Amino acid sequence: MTTLTLSRAMNEGLRRALENDPKVLVMGEDVGKLGGVFRVTDGLQKDFGEGRVIDTPLAESGIVGTAIGLALRGYRPICEIQFDGFVFPAFNQIVCQLAKMRLRSLGHVSLPIVIRIPCGGGIGAVEHHSESPEALFAHIGGLRVVACSEPADAYSMIQQSVSCEDPVILFEPKRRYWDKGEVDTAADPQAWLSLNAARTVHQGSDVTLLAYGPMIRTCVEAAVAAAKDGRSIEVIDLRSLAPLDIETIRASVQRTGRCVVAHEAPVTGGLGAEIAARITEECFYHLEAPVLRVGGFSTPYPPSKLEDHYLPDLDRVLDAVDRTFAF
Amino acid sequence: MAVDSGAAGPQRLEGTGGELIQLLTPEGERVEHPDYPLDISTEEIKALFRDLVLVRRIDTEAIALQRQGELGIWASLLGQEAAQVGSGRALGPKDMAFPTYREHGVAWCRGLDPAKLLELFRGVSHGGWDPNEHNFHLYTIVIGSQTLHATGYAMGIQRDGAVGEDGEAVIVYFGDGATSQGDVNESFIWASVFNAPVVFFCQNNQWAISEPLERQSRIPLYQRARGFGFPGLRVDGNDVLACLAVTRKAMQAAREGQGPTLIEAFTYRMGAHTTTDDPTRYRLAAELESWKLKDPLERVRAYLVRTGAADADFFAAVDAEAGELGTRVRKSCLTMPDPQPLTIFENVYSEPNAQVAYERDRFAAYLDSFDSEEVGA
Repeated sequence: MTTLTLSRAMNEGLRRALENDPKVLVMGEDVGKLGGVFRVTDGLQKDFGEGRVIDTPLAESGIVGTAIGLALRGYRPICEIQFDGFVFPAFNQIVCQLAKMRLRSLGHVSLPIVIRIPCGGGIGAVEHHSESPEALFAHIGGLRVVACSEPADAYSMIQQSVSCEDPVILFEPKRRYWDKGEVDTAADPQAWLSLNAARTVHQGSDVTLLAYGPMIRTCVEAAVAAAKDGRSIEVIDLRSLAPLDIETIRASVQRTGRCVVAHEAPVTGGLGAEIAARITEECFYHLEAPVLRVGGFSTPYPPSKLEDHYLPDLDRVLDAVDRTFAF
Repeated sequence: MAVDSGAAGPQRLEGTGGELIQLLTPEGERVEHPDYPLDISTEEIKALFRDLVLVRRIDTEAIALQRQGELGIWASLLGQEAAQVGSGRALGPKDMAFPTYREHGVAWCRGLDPAKLLELFRGVSHGGWDPNEHNFHLYTIVIGSQTLHATGYAMGIQRDGAVGEDGEAVIVYFGDGATSQGDVNESFIWASVFNAPVVFFCQNNQWAISEPLERQSRIPLYQRARGFGFPGLRVDGNDVLACLAVTRKAMQAAREGQGPTLIEAFTYRMGAHTTTDDPTRYRLAAELESWKLKDPLERVRAYLVRTGAADADFFAAVDAEAGELGTRVRKSCLTMPDPQPLTIFENVYSEPNAQVAYERDRFAAYLDSFDSEEVGA
């Protein structure tokens, strides 16, 4: 076991992916000498060369579009989008080309491309640097959408994403990049939890709290605080946002009878809406209360002096938990 | 050959003189160009003529099939046969071509079965061919997107060490309208700064559906290349020999590691944008008439007749072959089976996907419910 920050764990995972397969490439803005604005790619260009760790021109559509071409030639590009709010110039390539090429080719073409997106708020940034656009991608057939919340998952999930024959959008919780955790870099990859699977990160029996990415730490802290008041919260890290691990969700909610979904993204049309609808279908007779959502507001992300109000914190999560007991 | 990490090469800006490169006049007279000597036999010219006739025949048949309700839509290549055949025949077997949705002539040159093209326009598949079988990528409908794919593929060629003597290169097709797209401009930048082995082949057919070239550019399109740092040239797009010569040279330069070239093939969309379009609403009949005088087939026919290279039997044989091809294309369209409903869920992911499986199972059960009712009745 090694203690690593999430950023460093991701770096180690990338390094392992580059070592294991000469077809793996890293490409993006400032990923070379600078090591990325979050230093996730620190040192990789020095060790693997400019041919494999590519500082690209400043155009996100170009990053994803050329990655598609490289994948057509047999490469496995890992694209870094510098910030969540900068992915939209690439949205057309991701939605219209990357997601659809396998079907368009009737299975002749695979595009094993990973798009890494640092996401979420809480770092006091200017506009476009704090967004959570995951639902926009989870809506698109042909893409897989995953989110890591802690260093060990960052290390394994990036490697699993690279191994995947389908395009993967990997959301990284930027305000948790410097959180530390234990990472077993010697573990057998076969023993890693599947990229499709959710994980229970805090056991509980009264209510199921579903979250992912940066909200996991908040939710676990909420669960610990609630335990002191005698309320037992089960926190599940969804990890895979598309497809969802419905079995794990269903088993927990059928046991607790209550469910709250927490995410930074606006609740309107968000992952929480999809999850609530699905739980209503699958667990209707087990539910003691409607599935509640706590998340960002249906507004543009506010200026950073207001983001503490916008982002669901421990108190807002517990408020939603309390409300599920009011039914 | 060495692995090329894509450092920008020396600037290569020749060929930007501004003239229209031509080797065969509209009257069928062979002319020489100092920069583009073309050593070509009579038999090769006759083979190009055959290509031109056959791809026009495919097009004619497809339009008829659409009019008869057998295709949902068709994007005609009428008038652009020389640009497509000339450039398509300039490619080597290892070169890769990235088309739009109108490159039926290039598809023909690459050896793709014309019937395969109809699947997309009949609504049976979104394309469905294996791009690696004929080194001909899938049709791309969103304007300009494929220019980035082509450039990325060319960067892959560099990383494979396949640039240099006996190297490989990429050609990507797009239209005049596409030059306004961000993706096309980004691909120019990528290709330029990484010195990627890619040839940008722009068929300027003067019209982006209803919008004339003046709505896309204030300068001739080939001149755009200079701003990006690589050569651009304008070729008579209705001259199959000139298109062959300039594409050969540009592809060879790319294969050898001299980087990208923009070829503007100056041509004319003689038909509608697609079978749903009505060009009489936005362009003058006289314009079409003037371009008919520059027809890409007739000038080759005139040359072959004038030089005595081909006789009536040759032309009759080509016409007969075209007729047979038309019949075959028609038959393959009419006998094409509809896809089965559950194939909606296939080829979305490479491995089983929980969400897709969930929906497929429910939909299959729903479909089965009709069968059992029928059995019950």
